[in-house]
Amino acid sequence: MPRRSRLHIPQHHSRPGEEPDFSYLETSPAGAVRRPDVNARVRDISHLSVEMVRVLDDEHRPVGPWNPHLDPPELQVGLRHMLLTRIFDERMQRAQRAGKISFYMRSYGEEAVSVAQGMALRPGDMLFPSYRNQGLYMVRGKPLVELMCQLLSNTRDMCKGRQLPVMYHWTAGRIFSISGNLTTQFPQAVGWAMAAAIKGEDDIAVSWIGEGSSAEADFHHAMLFASVYQAPVILNVVNNQWAISTFQGFAGGEQRSFAARGPGYGMAGVRVDGNDFLAVYAVTQWAAERARTGAGPTLIEHVTYRGAAHSTSDDPSRYRPKDDYEKWPLGDPVERLKGHLIALGEWSEERHAALAKELEQHVNESWKESVQYGALNEGPRLNRDLMFEDVFKEVPAHLRKQREQLRAEQGG
Amino acid sequence: MPQMNMIQALNSAMDIMLARDPNVVIMGEDVGFFGGVFRVTDGLQRKYGEHRVLDTPIAEGAIVGAAIGMGVNGLRPVTEVQFADYIYPACDQIFSELARLRYRSAGEFWAPVTIRTPCGGGIRGGQTHSQSPEAIFTHVCGIKVVMPSNPYDAKGLLIASIEDDDPVVFFEPKRLYNGPFDGDPNKPAVPWSTHAKGEVPDGYYTVPIGKAEIVRKGAQVTIVTYGTMVYVCEAAARNLGLDAEIIDVRSMVPLDVDTICSSVKKTGRCLIAHEATRFSGFGAELSATIQEECFWNLEAPIQRVGGWDTPYPHAFEWEYFPGPVRVALGLKAVMETP
Repeated sequence: MPRRSRLHIPQHHSRPGEEPDFSYLETSPAGAVRRPDVNARVRDISHLSVEMVRVLDDEHRPVGPWNPHLDPPELQVGLRHMLLTRIFDERMQRAQRAGKISFYMRSYGEEAVSVAQGMALRPGDMLFPSYRNQGLYMVRGKPLVELMCQLLSNTRDMCKGRQLPVMYHWTAGRIFSISGNLTTQFPQAVGWAMAAAIKGEDDIAVSWIGEGSSAEADFHHAMLFASVYQAPVILNVVNNQWAISTFQGFAGGEQRSFAARGPGYGMAGVRVDGNDFLAVYAVTQWAAERARTGAGPTLIEHVTYRGAAHSTSDDPSRYRPKDDYEKWPLGDPVERLKGHLIALGEWSEERHAALAKELEQHVNESWKESVQYGALNEGPRLNRDLMFEDVFKEVPAHLRKQREQLRAEQGG
Repeated sequence: MPQMNMIQALNSAMDIMLARDPNVVIMGEDVGFFGGVFRVTDGLQRKYGEHRVLDTPIAEGAIVGAAIGMGVNGLRPVTEVQFADYIYPACDQIFSELARLRYRSAGEFWAPVTIRTPCGGGIRGGQTHSQSPEAIFTHVCGIKVVMPSNPYDAKGLLIASIEDDDPVVFFEPKRLYNGPFDGDPNKPAVPWSTHAKGEVPDGYYTVPIGKAEIVRKGAQVTIVTYGTMVYVCEAAARNLGLDAEIIDVRSMVPLDVDTICSSVKKTGRCLIAHEATRFSGFGAELSATIQEECFWNLEAPIQRVGGWDTPYPHAFEWEYFPGPVRVALGLKAVMETP
């Protein structure tokens, strides 16, 4: 038979009605991956981009060289932030379903990425998140009311009614404005890091995208500039397996890990179990120290799973098995950290339930306060004149004129 | 007063700003060690170091993307896109990010990035080294768009752009780098040293963004133009013996509507000329604005002259270029009173 060229179409592993099949997922045993020095040469650490850094074993014990040796109180704080993120997400999902907000995006199943990373970084480090990193806000302590007011586009909306829900920003907390256009923040984070190095400051920049977004040119731009200038930056690809309806194979994940693109560009690439709080914390600490000590940037691939729909406008039952997430081999990040703390004798089901109740109450009270300041279609509204501000630093003549036209249109 | 061509004037502007403000950085392809393919950044890396004047990979989107991050972190980046024809890979970062960052973050984040880019034809550049895409950028809310036509304005406007807290796309008509050009390629080149606007102060000064300049006072017709076409229009009006008032727009966003419309109200006639393609060109915006403001003063329909609505062909450069003949035909049309 003559051999022929062929067109390969990546095939999903399981479709609605089928048994979830994660046989494609390659993992490493907990504790098995060598931990190199933070200043190791890229050419000597390519194993990190192929294997998978894991710390928690099946008995909830931390094992191996990547164990970050966190104290129980720190672990409890991490669990609290993750649980708060999850409860906040669930409540906002309900608010959207009730028609109170127009749109929402949950981070269900991915909470360890934002929370462990946020905790492993310094307050001065500048964060360039995607739209599924709300855990960063929990770690840095943004009041929930302020997040909710953004979601409501109400009179206290930090974005003055200009952005879709979830596209927060926080100057004081050093969290950059979320764009809504995918991956644009990646080269910006690299530029921020280059500026820090130019100024001789040791704050680093950290950015996040999904694996689907790594297909954008901005991913490659960021990788190239980070590598060329050895910028003090951590670039995270959160491989949650799904870009709305297309699985990670369509972003190039079938033949090689996303982390392997790091060494391809001449920078460290680390593949980590994204649902293992301790492993995410440890690799982030490693990459941050590497960046801060002039040893260069790191690409981290977090292998995790998008447990919920892409957004409130999405219905995953149309393209994947309903019980996919339950069968995900890397488990649930909240359950795993909880199991670890219980195994340590530092947590219990009762304490967990009490914490959940406390956080639910906090979320509900915050919501009650937030809606007093208005919602998209009810209650007090922002001044419409704000529409014309911040296009430029000063409102130019043509926008002053249009502002007058709108006033006239609406009867003064 | 020192004589400078436009390259030297632009270089002087960046030299002054690098010295005045430690946060100013220059970045782009070939801008560092080599000093730029048009020599505009010549000597700056030697003087200010590799951390202030950076050679970059060939990735315009990355240059602008990184510049935004630098701007957010307190720097004042001046980027060079080697040819305006190469700016399109950067357009997502310019349109979706740079232009709207201040707006979307309610004024909390912004990036004072200047994007310098040589534009226009007349240098045998073919369809990939001759374009004038300025109108595209004027259609995006949140960026300022300027194009100087002489060394004095080039320096003053570039300093103003670098100091501006809003992003600026700064077009440099490359046919004017070495001298004013009246549209006749067969005439010997005229250097800037023969022109009053080639006199450029050594030190710091600004030309404000948002102000047009009346480069010639006149009574019979107003010619609204910018860039290379300023000199072509001067020549065309002179050849016809017309007493034209010639306005160099200089800044498209924000636009100096008052200067332009006061003149048209006075003369009652208007011709608009640019090198860019005509259809949906910036002339369309000018024409519509002038019509709205000056309709009852107009003696004749507004005429628009531009490049043909084709790519810029290598072999037919001067048939494509809106030279003095095409401008003269437009002027004759606008001077005909029914």
